[in-house]
Order: sequence, then structure tokens, then C-alpha cells
Amino acid sequence: MEIVFLAFILMLSIFLGFELINKVPATLHTPLMSGSNAISGITLVGALTSAGAEHAVLSTILGTIAVTMATINVIGGYMVTDRMLAMFKKKGSTK
Amino acid sequence: MGIELLVNLSYVAAAVLFIFGLKMLGSPATARKGNLISALGMFIAVVITLLDQSIIDYKWIIAGVVVGGLIGALVARRVEMTGMPEMVALFNGFGGVASLFVGWAALYGFEATTFELITIVLSILIGGVTFSGSMVAWGKLSERISGKAMVFSGQRIFNILLIIAIIAASVMFTISTGPATSIYLYVVIGLSLLLGIMLVIPIGGADMPVVISLLNSYSGLAACAAGIAINNIILIVAGALVGASGIILTQIMCKAMNRSLSNVLFSGFSAVSAGGAAAKIEGEAKAMTAEDAYYVLEAAASVVIVPGYGMAVAQAQHVVKELQELLEKNGAEVVYAIHPVAGRMPGHMNVLLAEADVSYDLLLEMDAINPRMDTFDVAIVIGANDVVNPAAREMEGSPIYGMPVINVDMARNVFVMKRSMASGFAGIDNPLFFKENTRMLFGDAKEMLGNIIKAFS
Repeated sequence: MEIVFLAFILMLSIFLGFELINKVPATLHTPLMSGSNAISGITLVGALTSAGAEHAVLSTILGTIAVTMATINVIGGYMVTDRMLAMFKKKGSTK
Repeated sequence: MGIELLVNLSYVAAAVLFIFGLKMLGSPATARKGNLISALGMFIAVVITLLDQSIIDYKWIIAGVVVGGLIGALVARRVEMTGMPEMVALFNGFGGVASLFVGWAALYGFEATTFELITIVLSILIGGVTFSGSMVAWGKLSERISGKAMVFSGQRIFNILLIIAIIAASVMFTISTGPATSIYLYVVIGLSLLLGIMLVIPIGGADMPVVISLLNSYSGLAACAAGIAINNIILIVAGALVGASGIILTQIMCKAMNRSLSNVLFSGFSAVSAGGAAAKIEGEAKAMTAEDAYYVLEAAASVVIVPGYGMAVAQAQHVVKELQELLEKNGAEVVYAIHPVAGRMPGHMNVLLAEADVSYDLLLEMDAINPRMDTFDVAIVIGANDVVNPAAREMEGSPIYGMPVINVDMARNVFVMKRSMASGFAGIDNPLFFKENTRMLFGDAKEMLGNIIKAFS
């Protein structure tokens, strides 16, 4: 049952992703990419439990590296996207 | 139970924020807010996860977050806008390796069922391919390794064998017990890293927008697989969203080059051009000086600027903007025409021009500009080559025949700024340079533009 449940979530999310992104104009493709890249850093959530659960030394090490890498991905991704988007201006709005 | 419910409800909230954030990224006016909303979703998901009861020791988490946060913030602030493609590639790789390790670490601490083992091996596999593939892409983009397509004979057979080996090792990993499991695990990790390298080395620099989009998709799918492995719904949802978005971008890029994804992935341009004996291009390219260019531009009522990767290399976006202002002051209409695959990643040119403070409503897409190209007095091509190559339209033997291009040759005058007569990245001759209405401005784009600007004042 659980497998079916996960498969449903997976399928619906993929369709939703297709629908959401299809409408993004070409101008915003780079920010979209770095912004969605930051979202893929969600793996950080999984890494947190591995790093802190103290199951085994190896899983703590792996978890800690994963936390570091994923945090770079998340923080860097969101910040650089924000920096980029701050530059997108329409003429006359702010100069 | 209470905390678990709270955690899961917060994940639902985070998913909603991601979805709204992505939706708002669809319009320049709301995009920045959308990104913040998505960041808020991430913040909620991370903070609430810390409440998880299985976390007993926070010191490694804090260490990882502090180190990672500092590095991420530093890189994000320092990176030049021209360096954006390699940075995205690098971040993709980090996300991939994190998912690999999350999957790997999931092996410890509880007895995994066969289904869980399959998902673990999947997350390791996709994470590994994403990581090594991104590193190669990063090397190519930052020119640490050659950007040329590396193709060798027997490559396809090698890749097929590699994939078979990966499948075999993965199956052995899921059904074996005891110490053999970890041996197969290392084999899977090693082979998936090798596969990532093999997938990206045959791809040339001009095809990089496709690769980056694809790796972006993989990094999402890796997170998604890791989510299934550790039974975490927010990883599945967010990972799938990113995976889908990457696939869409990949499709858009492929369509813009009139090539199928498998064609981009498995054959460099060189392999294609060997087949079609292109017709000889007749004529002579006519060079002109910045001063001559000034006289024409001074009299022009409408100008379209077509930037390409060369503008990024020369860091010429600010001078381009300066020229735009001078032309506008002179009473001319100035717009930009941007090909979907101009540059090294989707939307690369738009970001550079945005950095130079060019209003985004002046950036026109190919389909918007082509029908009215003949109304423009001057088209200035800055460091673009293949995306303005009329051979795509008129020379059936050309390797890029059929690719949609910006028809600059339809404009009354075409100025092409180029370092030399060398052919573009794809190594294809460009008949545009020999057309009656084309003039070449040889030299560094930034310097050339500077000279024209000087002539204006």
C-alpha cells in the first residue's frame, strides 16, 4: 500500500511540475534553473536525520558531508537567484 | 505521534510554498518574491526536521550547516554573472552528491526491505551520475578541461556495457547479504560516477544548455529517489518538481536546436558534419571599421542586437547597454533578439543584459523578432554564430539545417562582431559572413563597441 501511495505522490508532483514550468518565459530560464536547483537541495532534510541519528559512525560521516553539500546548494542557490532576480527590471521602475 | 504529525503537516506547508514559489517564478514581476517564498518553504522544512526524534546529536548538523552556509553564501555573492553556468553546474553536483550520501547512509540504522534497497541504489545511482556529470560540465564551462566534444570509437558500445554492468551490480546489491553488499555498493558508486563522466564528455560547449538542464533534472530526481529511500514525502514532492522542470527546460533547448535529446547526448556535432557534404560557400567577407559602423548606425531608425556567447566572454554587456542608450538618444528603436540556446545555459543572455540594466521587455524571443526582421535597418550580431547562421534555413547539407535561427540576414544591414573568421563552436561555416548586406567588425567585442561609442560622442 505504501508503495502505491508514494507512486501517487510522485506522479502527481511530476505532472504539477510540468504544468508549473511550461509557462515560464525564456527570459527567466536561468533564475528558474538556479531557483529550482536550490529546491533540489531539499535533500538536506534527509541529510539532517542521517547526520544526527548516530546509527553508525559511517552514516554520521556521510550525513555530515551531505548536510554540508546540500546547505551549499540551498543557501547558494537561493541567494544567487535572488541576486539575479533583483537585476531584472522594467524600464523606468527604478534606476 | 504528535511531533510526527506536526512534522508532516509542516512538510505539506513547505510543498505548498515551493509550488507557489515556482509559479511566481513564471513572471519577471513576481519572480523575486516567488524565490523568497520557496526559500521560506525550505526554511520551514529544515527547521521542522530538526524536531525529529531520531536526531540525538546536533553538533555535526550545526558544523555542516555553518560550513555549507558560509561557502554557499560566499560563492553566491562573489560569482560573476558570466560565470553563472558553471556555478549552477557546481551546485547541481553538490545536490547530487548529497543525495548519493543520503541514500548510502540510509543503509545503516535499520533493516532495509528489498523495495527500500532498490530505492537506495536508485538514489546512489542518480546522485552519482549527477555529481560526476556536473563536475565534468563545470570543468568544460569554466574551461578547466577542453570544451570540445570528446568522441572515441566504440563509445556507444562502451556506454551500453557500462549500463549493463550498473544494472547487474545494482541487482546483486539488492539481493546479496552480508559483506558482499558493501562491495556491490562500492561498485555501483564507482560505475555511476563513471557513467556521469561518459554522458557529458561527448557533449560540446554549444550543447551545454541542454546538459545543464538535464543535470538540473537529475539533481531533482536524485533527491526524489533519496526521498523514497528514506520515506520522506517532502523530498519526493520537491525532487519531482525539480525533475519535471529540468526535463521541460531540456525539451525547450532541444527544440530550439531542432535535435532530439538522444542526438544531443550521443553524438557531437563533428559526427554529424561528416555525413553531409555542405555546399561550398562563395564570396568574400567584407570588413569594416568602427567609424564606418558609426555612420550607418547614426542614420538608422531601428536596430536589433543579437548577443551570443562571445558577448559573455568579452564581458561586453555594459558597453552594449551604453550603445543602446546612445542609439535611443539618437531617436532609434533598439531591441534585443535572444535565441533560446544563445550562451551556455538557458536564459544566459537575459541575465547578462539584466545585469547591465537593460529592461527585460526589450529582450525579444526568436519567434517574436523573426517576422519583422526585414523592418530593421541594422542587426548587430555580437559574438553569436550558429544561432544566426542562415545555412540552417537554406543549405540542406549543413549539419545545423532545420535548426530555428534568428534571421538577421533579412535585416537591411548586418554587422557581425567577431574575433576572427574562425567558424563557431559547432565548426560550421557561416554563409552570413559572405552576404551582400553583411559587414564584419573584427576584434574584441567590447573594444569594438567602445570605438563605435567614441565615434558617437
